[in-house]
Amino acid sequence: MVWTRKDLLGLEELTKEEIELIIATAESFKDVSRRAIKKVPALRGKTAVNLFYEPSTRTRVSFEIAAKRLSADVINIMTETSSVKKGETLIDTGANIQALKTDIIIVRHNCSGAAVMLARHVDISVVNAGDGWHEHPTQALLDILTLKERFGSLSGLNVAIVGDIAHSRVARSNIWGLTKLGARVTVCAPELLIPVAIEQMGVHVTHDIDDALKDADAVNVLRMQFERDEKGAFPSHIEYFKNFGITTDRIKKAKKNIIVMHPGPLNRGVEISSEVADGDNSVILQQVTNGIAVRMAVLFLVSQAQDKRNGYTD
Amino acid sequence: MGTLIKNGHIIDPANKIDDIQDIFIEKSRIARVAKNLKVETDDIIDATGKLVMPGIVDMHVHLREPGREDKETVLTGTSAALKGGVTSCLAMPNTQPAVDCVENVRLLVSIIKKTAKANVFIAAAITKGRQGQELTDIARLKQEGILAITDDGSSVDCDELLLEALKIAKENQLLVICHSEDRMLSRGGVVNQGIVATRMGLRGISKESEYKRIQRDIQLAKMASARVHIAHISCSESVEIIAEAKKDGVAVTAETSPHYFALTEEQALGYDTNMKVNPPLRSKGDVEAIKQGLNSGIIDVIASDHAPHTENEKDIEFEHAAFGTICLETELAVSITELVKTGVLGWPDLVRKLTINPASILGLKKGDLSIGSDADIIIVNPNQEWAVSKDSFLSKSKNCAFLGRKLNGLVEYTICNGTIAYKK
Repeated sequence: MVWTRKDLLGLEELTKEEIELIIATAESFKDVSRRAIKKVPALRGKTAVNLFYEPSTRTRVSFEIAAKRLSADVINIMTETSSVKKGETLIDTGANIQALKTDIIIVRHNCSGAAVMLARHVDISVVNAGDGWHEHPTQALLDILTLKERFGSLSGLNVAIVGDIAHSRVARSNIWGLTKLGARVTVCAPELLIPVAIEQMGVHVTHDIDDALKDADAVNVLRMQFERDEKGAFPSHIEYFKNFGITTDRIKKAKKNIIVMHPGPLNRGVEISSEVADGDNSVILQQVTNGIAVRMAVLFLVSQAQDKRNGYTD
Repeated sequence: MGTLIKNGHIIDPANKIDDIQDIFIEKSRIARVAKNLKVETDDIIDATGKLVMPGIVDMHVHLREPGREDKETVLTGTSAALKGGVTSCLAMPNTQPAVDCVENVRLLVSIIKKTAKANVFIAAAITKGRQGQELTDIARLKQEGILAITDDGSSVDCDELLLEALKIAKENQLLVICHSEDRMLSRGGVVNQGIVATRMGLRGISKESEYKRIQRDIQLAKMASARVHIAHISCSESVEIIAEAKKDGVAVTAETSPHYFALTEEQALGYDTNMKVNPPLRSKGDVEAIKQGLNSGIIDVIASDHAPHTENEKDIEFEHAAFGTICLETELAVSITELVKTGVLGWPDLVRKLTINPASILGLKKGDLSIGSDADIIIVNPNQEWAVSKDSFLSKSKNCAFLGRKLNGLVEYTICNGTIAYKK
């Protein structure tokens, strides 16, 4: 298996083998972060640009650390400090970043498809750090790595994804990745937060949290993004916690070794109780750690593919 | 003198001609149609192996002038029309300003007189500024020569207002064209509601937003005993509702556009904004239903809904991009490729939906090859394959949903009012 893509835009377009290659590469990079000197020269002389059109701390920092541990130079462009406010289009911004002879654009954007569009218009690599409700591939990949570390294989694993599925790029990327690797996925949310025809993506749908947790080996708890509320689709915090919150009582009724995941940042007492978030079943901080290795793997693979295209060989 | 078109296979559904005959054009009109015509002229077009048919009457065209000459003008739009075999266009009134008063109609008429390369007829707005608040002076507009009223791009939300418009239109023998969309249901949507919208992470436009509004529009037309024409239908329920209404005796006619029988929602999956149209591209089942509706005659008309936009409005994030595809230069070839070559429609049926049907609905003396008719004639090589590319367009805009596709059927001559207005 050789990685040939210059971009990582989503998991929908990847094969099972490509996903496994990223995970295997990530596993080999985990060691770097455990060393006294946490740096390898794999991306020395490369420049990665974090182009973020949405506020984000953890994803941006995770990508920055990943790039730096590979010895790449990192530039951060936030909407507040760029010419985006002056009305420059995404394509023009991308063209300018490319003209600065950089190598990788890591883009976070509020519009679905933004990373796809950008990748079509630039020759340098584009890594999707989350586009609208569409995909957040590195989040799903770090979730997969976390699951694999715990269970060895994803084949036959039952994974429940709970929360606002309709507006979640994390949910979509997880569904693609998990189903390709043979896991059984159940999505659980109030009816208005389940998108139309999602079962055609190969998932089981339920509105009953106990049903979702019954056979689950892992539950991925999505952040309730109340700031996105439109058309009154969201229940109140209290109502949501009562009906869908992941609590100690609910975890006690689930499989003994169930793991609890969350992409962060947490709304304690809304989608998850503090006891569960900080409890023995929680792998939330391992996810954060795995995020670095996964992003190192992605940056390394797209960069290597790009070098091959450009005829640069070792 | 005059022009003789020799040996072409004439398809003229209005006169039930589907046969190899000659046509003689004299003084901008059709003088004679017969086999082996013997006339004294040096001006002969050999149409052997070609199809000869009436010029297309396209009753849904956005020429964008006045106001958005950066997208299209009467000059560029009608040049594109001729290349596509369209000799008559009905210009939609959603210009800037909207065609909603006598002065604006006269302004457009003067532009047409000065610059149009093909016949352009005018549809005026139902409400002032297309705001859905206050009716235009429909009777006065009729005197200026408009053929129809429509708030195209929007639906008149207020039942009472549309009912009144239908009654006034009836008194004035004007056609009401409805863009049937309930914005309360479609609001914010950019692709068809369903698995594609879900996969793309985009808001969906439900089929209900279209067909529930068609139901209402038909009901109001029935109450007013007025004629109503439903623009660009895209889904199976709309076909069923129109079929029922026709059975019920309502004077309803309907049109669809090439993208609704040639493309499915999956085309949008790569976030190609040329696939962003309103109503949206629908499912395979809907495409089949539209074809069935064309075949059964429920859908009377194929119209382009030619909707030019600049690259600035299309080369942006999918959800922010403008709705619409240009279509004047591809509508005939897409129809031939997707309907005739696949056996959905025979040639006479296709030609009917492109010519005599829209002409009759608009009350226009066009769309046939009768003796004495205006000589609007196209000569088509039905088997010529060609690829749609950006540099092939005469339209000012390049936003075409069919870019890159190979199509069958090429217009070789377009004769408009007796003169060769386009030649391949």
